[in-house]
Amino acid sequence: MKYSVLEILRQGLTGNKGWQPLWRNPGPKPAYDVVIIGGGGHGLATAYYLAKTHGIHNIAVLEKGYIGGGNVGRNTTIVRADYGQKGNSAFYSHSLKLWQGLSAELNYNVMFSPRGLLELCHSDGQLEAYNRRANMIAAQGDQVEMLDRAGVRAYAPYLGFESARFPIRGGLLQRTAGTARHDAVAWGYARAADRLGVDILQKCEVTGIDIANGKLQGVQTSRGVIRAKKLAICVAGRSSQVAGMAGMRLPIESHVLQAFVTEGLKPFINTVINFGVGHFYISQSDKGGLVFGGDLDGYNSYAQRGSLSQVEHVAEAGMSMIPALGKARLLRSWGGIMDMSMDGAPIIDKTHIKGLYFNGGWCYGGFKAIPASGSAYARLIATGSLPDYAAAYRLSRFESGHLINEEGTGAQPGLH
Amino acid sequence: MRITCPHCGARDSREFSYLGDAKMAAGKGDFASVYLRDNPAGAHSELWQHVMGCRAWLEVERNTSTHEVLSIREAGK
Repeated sequence: MKYSVLEILRQGLTGNKGWQPLWRNPGPKPAYDVVIIGGGGHGLATAYYLAKTHGIHNIAVLEKGYIGGGNVGRNTTIVRADYGQKGNSAFYSHSLKLWQGLSAELNYNVMFSPRGLLELCHSDGQLEAYNRRANMIAAQGDQVEMLDRAGVRAYAPYLGFESARFPIRGGLLQRTAGTARHDAVAWGYARAADRLGVDILQKCEVTGIDIANGKLQGVQTSRGVIRAKKLAICVAGRSSQVAGMAGMRLPIESHVLQAFVTEGLKPFINTVINFGVGHFYISQSDKGGLVFGGDLDGYNSYAQRGSLSQVEHVAEAGMSMIPALGKARLLRSWGGIMDMSMDGAPIIDKTHIKGLYFNGGWCYGGFKAIPASGSAYARLIATGSLPDYAAAYRLSRFESGHLINEEGTGAQPGLH
Repeated sequence: MRITCPHCGARDSREFSYLGDAKMAAGKGDFASVYLRDNPAGAHSELWQHVMGCRAWLEVERNTSTHEVLSIREAGK
């Protein structure tokens, strides 16, 4: 069923009895052309672009839980294209362009809201660095502008301009960045993929990968054996475990990142803001809750919960940036598992096993990457080569030295 | 999370700085030991330094799925 104004009218006049579930709930077939492990944003987007762009329809997406229950429904929903490193900038620029047309593309409202992203500068050095970055973003072809102190005050008057410790000197503003509704992204891609014939298999956990003579055969799952010509790993937070089933060791550590939401408030934060000194970022959801987060806890974790010390640290950073934040009551906090790569940039590549592909290591930047990651991964699986905008994300770059280290922190994933 | 330093006793994890998998330091500095990780969900031997205390490097065995500390000894001993 295609969604349209006409369809709403038609359903309204017939008692709204004709609405269908967003996707079917089929049983697994014995074999598929492509099996994707992981029904998150990236996996579903990959399935969608394989079917839509490359005409491959015999696809299964295996999800161990339920659609929207993983990291795609656990992030802070920020979409931006403000990267400076070659390899990253072209990719996130392409992704932002896909976001702009995504609701129409999927025939599903993902509520992409380009409300802007402001990165604060607190020193002369930082202002210089952000000027340079703004030039790189502009050279990439994306919208960006630098604000002086008065410009920042006019744009976001609720910031702590009286702070002597972290004076606001200016900011980098990207008006085309913003947020999207993360659940709708998962549901929209799942529905669109399903409409093109993709089987979405929920509660289907992969327990083993069958390989013979260096060639992929299929997967063992909690719902039986499934044979596959091609197998695509796409499992944020469990990349090392799933790749381990194929005997691979990855340049990845898994860390916990906490996020927080306050009670619903009247419109207050009109944009997305990154603090320039502490690692802190905030936006306001359409429901009114202030959504914010900070640094990783800093140690390997699969526990999906973090330390109270990090809660305190994030609260301190938030209070330094927006003093009024102290009056809001915290509603919830949660922890998600980030597969942190050794240079802070993701991996989309073939593996040494014929028919096995890997996509992962998105650190804490996976959400905004969903459309470009899905289309690049689909191209790789269908044609064997990556598009130019994702060509730097090779698994071999760690060995060859072609790292994409945006933070410049070296092979220390906890510091990215 | 609390870590019991063999010299200073049980302390808040904030007193410690985390380096990572203990295998990394034992490696030869080649590609595999610098860049590749087992990254287990479960028992993990890792290096922490008691930076706000005695500054000793500790090898802590910790369950990454529960944050339970399983054993602690001074690194390299």
